[in-house]
Amino acid sequence: MDFTDTPEEAAFRARARSFLSTNAEAKSSGNRNLSTGWNKDQALAAARTWQARKAAAGFAGITMPREYGGQGLPPITQVIYNQEEANYVAPRGVYEIGLGMCIPTMLAYATEEQKIRYAAPAVRGEEIWCQLFSEPAGGSDLAGLRTRAERDGDDWVINGQKIWTSGAQFSDFAILVTRSDFDVPKHKGLTFFFLSMKSPGIEVRPIKQMSGASNFNEVFFNDVRIPDSQRLGAVGDGWKVSLTTLMNERFAVGVAPPPDFDEIFDLVRNTELEDGPALDNAMVRDRLADWYVRQQGLKNAHFRTMTALSRGETPGPESSINKVVSAFKYQEVSFFGMEMQEMLGIVTDPEIVAMDGLFQTGALSSPGYRIAGGTDEILRNIIAERVLGLPQDVRVDKEVAFRDLPTGRE
Amino acid sequence: MNFEFSDDQRMLRDQARRFLMDKSPPEVVRQTLETEQTYDRELWRQFGEMGWLGAAIPEEYGGSGLGHLELCVLAEELGRALAPTPFASSIYLGAEALLTAGSEDQKQNYLPDLATGAAIWCLALSEGPHPATLGNITTEVSRGRLSGEKIPVADGDIADWAIVVAREGALAGLYIVDLNGDGVSRQIVNTMDPSRSQARLSFTDAKVEKLGAEGWPMLERIQDRAAVLMAFEQIGGAQACLEMAKEYALGRFAFGRPIAGYQAIKHRLADMYIQIELARSNAYYGAWALSTNAAELPVAAATARVAATEAYNFAARENVQVHGGMGFTWEFNCHLYYRRARQLALVLGSQRRWKDRLIRALERRNAA
Repeated sequence: MDFTDTPEEAAFRARARSFLSTNAEAKSSGNRNLSTGWNKDQALAAARTWQARKAAAGFAGITMPREYGGQGLPPITQVIYNQEEANYVAPRGVYEIGLGMCIPTMLAYATEEQKIRYAAPAVRGEEIWCQLFSEPAGGSDLAGLRTRAERDGDDWVINGQKIWTSGAQFSDFAILVTRSDFDVPKHKGLTFFFLSMKSPGIEVRPIKQMSGASNFNEVFFNDVRIPDSQRLGAVGDGWKVSLTTLMNERFAVGVAPPPDFDEIFDLVRNTELEDGPALDNAMVRDRLADWYVRQQGLKNAHFRTMTALSRGETPGPESSINKVVSAFKYQEVSFFGMEMQEMLGIVTDPEIVAMDGLFQTGALSSPGYRIAGGTDEILRNIIAERVLGLPQDVRVDKEVAFRDLPTGRE
Repeated sequence: MNFEFSDDQRMLRDQARRFLMDKSPPEVVRQTLETEQTYDRELWRQFGEMGWLGAAIPEEYGGSGLGHLELCVLAEELGRALAPTPFASSIYLGAEALLTAGSEDQKQNYLPDLATGAAIWCLALSEGPHPATLGNITTEVSRGRLSGEKIPVADGDIADWAIVVAREGALAGLYIVDLNGDGVSRQIVNTMDPSRSQARLSFTDAKVEKLGAEGWPMLERIQDRAAVLMAFEQIGGAQACLEMAKEYALGRFAFGRPIAGYQAIKHRLADMYIQIELARSNAYYGAWALSTNAAELPVAAATARVAATEAYNFAARENVQVHGGMGFTWEFNCHLYYRRARQLALVLGSQRRWKDRLIRALERRNAA
């Protein structure tokens, strides 16, 4: 066992470090709560600039084929780049879905001409993509979606509603899964497209989350026309295409943001309780140990993933356990950070409370992490079924025409 | 990045697993619960013959000199098979203590017999219900003679030699005691996990030989090393529990289908898997720190220990639950693991103590 890179990996890492150190600001305790102080337009502009800079230096689309604007490097190099970038203040969250999920789906199903047209501009950050999947009636049960696609000459006409779409408000293009046949069982009646988000009949409305922030949208379709040439996969094969996208989602949805162990340890070291330093309190130490062990467990699982990737093998369990462990830890640590501030923990003003309100922000944001990209429950089902090989849940909807399925409250 | 066991190490694991499936099946483990036998002599002899006992003992001291990573691999399999032998006491504690603190003469004198299995060793630390801290040690050495009482001592009933933690004046020290010599009496005590026997050792002016000069800090270093190795045993046991629970749930039908298809069971098994993978990943880091003598060892060992204890406790407990009423019977093997999990959770000190130790190690690292 050792932690050394191969010579090729070491060379790539050195190149990434040199790029980052000259182009980005290193993280420090002073710039922790990144959500404060930036308005949305500034954040978007910063993300565009950063993506373009990465692309010019050869750090965007790292694993994508060269002919479509990528670098054609193995997955391990992407992991190495991510490790290095994590040490810097870099705008994230604008391009992950497009490059992590939409473009890989395009590369698997679009025509050669379309791949050449769309992949490279996405890598350079010139065009932003979003993913139109979830619906009010299709979340964990994605295949329950009802957005209707009807054939009309060379076009399809789309009517319905999507929800929880990240980045829809600033996206140029999207991938979309629809129901084209209501008379067959649910998984068989889906058809997949890509389209311009500027198409007439699309309306994007932000969702105000419990945190007050708006990271997601509802997207409404009123007679939106999509040419049949923008269909991905065969008519009725939309579920198969969706699985390609979702396979990529498992790698794209990462670890929850801070606060994690390091932040709560810092807070505790600077906190006095009624009987002395918080760090001397047995209950506090017990909780700290739990979070450290889980944080390190994920970090060390990541080393195992890197080893598998470096050997050209399929990664181990990390991708399935990462979010389920880190999202809950995020919530627990956020709550505990508030507790450590006693009554003042209620206050959210960044200039009054510790670490610019990082723990309060976390308390209000963490519930979303336990739901987005696969809920805690769906992820446990995935581990049980795909990793452990346990039977699927009882399904009453697999052999029934979609229009005959009972519908409850949406 | 190479954070995985090598092909040779994986081959050793497969060999060990096959051997133990054959030689240490549940019927063998049950002998320690249902008869007076406290360990399997034949198994122990074969461990010596195959070079397992001396895996991390250098060849110059009679070992096979494979290394600590190989010992970790073996530990996981021993835990999976619940092998009823004094492996942990003799090797993780005894041999590691001699390797870490012993003089050249002591290594020459004692390690060869450990490597063959001719001698069984144990560590005598606890003196009752209070935490084993320096302040709580009353066993005393004066003018080369030891007096006092230790309880419980894992494998103390069968060991030939003990490393006794005792006070000499204001300082603690480690002392080698010949348990077959004068001034030593021992009494087996009934325990949660009879597959690893425990004893009360009483010393009255027993002759001692000092081991190392450092005392308490040395004890902690030895415990760190043992914690990593024991974490692998715990993971092996936890993994066995997950597999048993899965197997049973797939074959047990209720309400017209296998119970493995119900989310209450699926999610429980998924949680076992999550805990085991976290523990395994932490144990790998511990193995790396152990095998390279890294400065990180205190943090890595406590992390591995806390995660493995948590995972085995959870897996052993929930394995019984998944088996329902049958899991609560003497006949089913769930309780063998449940007992072992409880034993391993305490035999190196409680979870509370190791969590505290982890935070202490982090504080030290932070101050440095």
